[in-house]
Amino acid sequence: MSMKKLVTEVTWCKGCGICAAFCPRHVLEIVNDKVVIKDEVSCIKCGQCELRCPDYAIWLQEVDHE
Amino acid sequence: MPSELVKREMRTENLPHIWCPGCSHGSVMRALCQAIENVGLERKNTVIVSGIGCSSRAVGYLNFDTIHTTHGRALAFATGIKLANPDLHVIVLTGDGDISAIGGNHLIHACRRNIGITCIVMNNTIYGMTGGQYSPTTPTGDFGTTAPYGNIDKDFDIPLLAASAGATFAARTTAYGIAQTITVMEKALKHKGFSVIDVASICPSYYGRRNKKGDAVKMLQWQKENSVPVKMAQNMTAEELKGMIVTGIFKDVEEPEYTEEYQKIIEKAGGKR
Ligand SMILES: Cc1ncc(C[n+]2csc(CCOP(=O)(O)OP(=O)(O)O)c2C)c(N)n1
Ligand code: SF4
Ligand code: SF4
Ligand code: SF4
Repeated sequence: MSMKKLVTEVTWCKGCGICAAFCPRHVLEIVNDKVVIKDEVSCIKCGQCELRCPDYAIWLQEVDHE
Repeated sequence: MPSELVKREMRTENLPHIWCPGCSHGSVMRALCQAIENVGLERKNTVIVSGIGCSSRAVGYLNFDTIHTTHGRALAFATGIKLANPDLHVIVLTGDGDISAIGGNHLIHACRRNIGITCIVMNNTIYGMTGGQYSPTTPTGDFGTTAPYGNIDKDFDIPLLAASAGATFAARTTAYGIAQTITVMEKALKHKGFSVIDVASICPSYYGRRNKKGDAVKMLQWQKENSVPVKMAQNMTAEELKGMIVTGIFKDVEEPEYTEEYQKIIEKAGGKR
């Protein structure tokens, strides 16, 4: 079965805060100018963070599960 | 490593890009990649052309046949490419300064010809690259380095300008409404004829700072709260629409496309392509 997992690439993150501000579930936080996933269980995998991140530093990745 | 989409469609060796924190050029470029994949354009049949500006730097990151041309002339180069091989999908990525100031004449004539090119304007209402001079889309009264007392010019409405000049597809979306930006881009890419999408974008570094609009989050929040769909706008007064961003498809009609008409001329003259 295929599932999606929230992934970040913090070296690409410029700390703009857009992902955190528009996340409908307040999953994300900016700490020292970098994105942090603070509440992964609340994530509804809507992908809005990925769509709006100007720096491709957060996205939903397909992962395979047994 | 970035997402699979970014790995497929961008030159990851050139990433991360140089745009400022929060600049919407990055999300609009990603939206275009998504739209290209959703429509299924083939890499070998797609050419992306830009002019000069922060926005125009996008072509350096896109994993396609791309050409970074001179300021304002992206449509002139794109017209040549399309005429040389009408089977190509030709996409122009440009800024408001590039397309409506120095390139304004190329814009109206590409519209008038209805040539099969998709033109995406990353419209942040300022010259970002050169430090914040006002552009033809800077709202009246707003500030730029060249308008320290406020801009007294009237601003162009790019989709209305394009539609009245003869473009057969004209739309506006926002950087906040990136999902809509992708679906409208898909329609524009499938459109036969000249299509223009004005993407209301943000330049937090120059436009935002000089006009005290706050950071990137505040600027996108403002877009969210001040956008009206074109259907709703039709029932609103000019006063009510003041300062609002009207979004959606303004024009979508079918008319003869330039390279097809040109082919008929070639045949009349007894030539072959
Ligand atoms: C012939 C010529 N004139 C002027 C310039 C200087 N110049 C470079 S980019 C630019 C404006 C870019 O503004 P815009 O297209 O809105 O793009 P942005 O940087 O805001 O994304 C200007 C005037 C130039 N490079 N070439
Ligand atoms: S996918 Fe949606 S819910 Fe999950 S972090 Fe991103 S914006 Fe928030
Ligand atoms: S939107 Fe992207 S660059 Fe901005 S803070 Fe979030 S992950 Fe970082
Ligand atoms: S100056 Fe403005 S347009 Fe240029 S990269 Fe920075 S935010 Fe973007």
